[in-house]
Amino acid sequence: MYKILSKRMLTPVTKLFEVEAPLVAQKAQPGQFVIVRIRPEGERIPLTVADFSPERGAVTIIVQEVGKTTQMMGRLKEGDCILDFLGPLGRPAEIRGSGSVVCVGGGFGVAPIFPIARALYRRGVSVTSIIGARTRELVILEEEVKAVSHRLFVTTDDGSYARRGLVTDVLQELIEAKDPIDEVIAIGPMVMMRAVAETTRPYGIKTFVSMDPIMVDGTGMCGACRVEVGGKTRFACVDGPIFDAHQVDFALAQKRGKMYAAEQQRAMAEPGPCGGAGGSPCH
Amino acid sequence: MPLKPKRVVMPTQEPRERIKNFNEVALGFTEEMAKEEASRCLKCKDAACQQGCPVEVKIRDFIGLVAAGDFAGAIALIKETNSLPAICGRVCPQEEQCEKYCLMGRKHEPVAIGRLERFVADWELRHGVKLPACAPPRGRKVAVVGSGPAGLTCAGDLARLGYSVTVFEALHAPGGVLIYGIPEFRLPKAVVMAEVDNIRRLGVEVVTNVAVGRTVTIEDLMKLGYEAVFLGTGAGLPKFMGIPGENLCGVYSANEFLTRTNLMKAYLFPQYDTPIKCGRRVAVVGGGNVAMDSVRCALRLGAEEGHIVYRRSEQEMPARAEELAHAKHEGVIFDLLSNPVRVLGTDDGWVRGLECLRMELGEEDSSGRRRPVPIKGSEFVIEVDTVIMALGTTPNPLLARTTPGLNITDWGGLIVDAETGQTSRPGIFAGGDAVTGSATVILAMGAGKKAAAGIHRYLEGK
Repeated sequence: MYKILSKRMLTPVTKLFEVEAPLVAQKAQPGQFVIVRIRPEGERIPLTVADFSPERGAVTIIVQEVGKTTQMMGRLKEGDCILDFLGPLGRPAEIRGSGSVVCVGGGFGVAPIFPIARALYRRGVSVTSIIGARTRELVILEEEVKAVSHRLFVTTDDGSYARRGLVTDVLQELIEAKDPIDEVIAIGPMVMMRAVAETTRPYGIKTFVSMDPIMVDGTGMCGACRVEVGGKTRFACVDGPIFDAHQVDFALAQKRGKMYAAEQQRAMAEPGPCGGAGGSPCH
Repeated sequence: MPLKPKRVVMPTQEPRERIKNFNEVALGFTEEMAKEEASRCLKCKDAACQQGCPVEVKIRDFIGLVAAGDFAGAIALIKETNSLPAICGRVCPQEEQCEKYCLMGRKHEPVAIGRLERFVADWELRHGVKLPACAPPRGRKVAVVGSGPAGLTCAGDLARLGYSVTVFEALHAPGGVLIYGIPEFRLPKAVVMAEVDNIRRLGVEVVTNVAVGRTVTIEDLMKLGYEAVFLGTGAGLPKFMGIPGENLCGVYSANEFLTRTNLMKAYLFPQYDTPIKCGRRVAVVGGGNVAMDSVRCALRLGAEEGHIVYRRSEQEMPARAEELAHAKHEGVIFDLLSNPVRVLGTDDGWVRGLECLRMELGEEDSSGRRRPVPIKGSEFVIEVDTVIMALGTTPNPLLARTTPGLNITDWGGLIVDAETGQTSRPGIFAGGDAVTGSATVILAMGAGKKAAAGIHRYLEGK
């Protein structure tokens, strides 16, 4: 059992949890993920690591409520326990030691971008961050990202906060203004990552994305997380989750991501278990 | 006593009933049936059956005890060498091991050794398990990575030798393939849990949610005072054929299909949260036990048609005879001498068929089986909406990647000393599918046993 040390509501549907998991915290690196299960009947879901503190023995995860499990997770409170918490999994992000990198985070993808930006910043890389959301109340971790970026741009699709438009609008402008960019790393919804890949492709700027496919075991055993990269089948859990954005078959990934859309609807229509939440008190 | 040429028939659930549920198919012997079957044994002086057992069960003598009605004595004798008898009795390919050497089998049906083993193991689970004697604690720690058949056997043997053993499991439940892979209807999970509990009662600690190589490394374990490590990490990455359309929605690896079904209980969705997409027509590619398990799960998940697509003929199929027979009774369609060349998809990315080539058998290959050769222009399409690839696995690269000095084969298997199970690094031992590639539960157990002895010798000499 893994105790929730603290909880923060980032948006009405995005919750931050700091979870007591000392072994995971010791080993976690930017770009990695954990697999979580919250009740005996529960499914295993991957969540990217948003922060980690070996000293406190804590790992931070951010959950966006999109399905039954994430909704149940959203109702967990400080002091509740998470049943299973496995990690850190996946290959860490490669953190370069010089030059300039643009970190692009969309929606709750800002959460996993944060530790990557911080690692780059600490190594002396010039960090430009672009974070975006649909609307004002969905912008998360602005202060945190700002503190580890030399420049920060914020966009909202509806213009309710900061600049109106998409993260790729800013990226396009930076490229056209001949801003020196050695590398772009983008994490967010599939459409956004795909748009970032298409924005940088004509200019040959090295671009990485973090794929978030459906997973079961998360350790390379099941192959649910297959993605096609450069025409080859790769397993996101052991070969990724970060891949060369210009090689990823996004159309396929989008289709595979929706494989269980009907079941997800059905699960959410079912009456939930008593008490609503899946966690249990830690004692 | 007159010779009894035929085996006592073990009751099973009727095929038409059982394909609607996940309950165990084979129901086991009653006490009378067991005694009757045991009385068929010829009590051969050389007990040839025993040379076929990878864990050296004293078969002739335990069967003698069953015939005499001493079930407690029989199970105690089995457990001297086999720590997971309720499992072996259900999943071992006995026809290729002990029963293959049974003298009765030369002219008649061999003694049903596996079913008798299962009977006494189940008898003990019902009547209260007596733990085997353990040596006094030595105060020396050994780590076992993976809680499948290899790891559990190794851990059990080491605990009995007085070592303090911790088993690390990456999944949330112990048992490895016994829990995620082999279906409930063939190996009830309650049986696995009971056997795992028996290992725990020997003093073995089982820790879940630890992926060795990620959560902790082998170096970390050694720093924590573990003097030897056994790697029983089992099946790794599922194999695919590398044909077009394999990443369409509706194409599963058998590992994924079985894990969703067995470990995650997708057949109880939405009471359980993990979904599965099992279509009306399902094709499983492969001819082993995992393929049979997959197609029989598909039927129970509601498929109207379940196909086994296999490139050789029935004779070459590696599946256990009993599983093949059960699959046939349940109405599985066998598309033999058929090799998939392409998965066909709909516009929105779902499977709509499997295009295959007909094969014929040519010369024997290195495995001693006749090589299948494609017949030109023989393409045909099996209309299915789900395809399951049951082609075996390649070892997980994680451990080799994070452990310096571990030698592996060109296909990724860990290289070990055949006698001791030791890898290229002193103190690190390995066995099971991580060494051999996809094999059987009992071979993994045999390897776990050998490695336990190897670890004991290594630590004695240290």
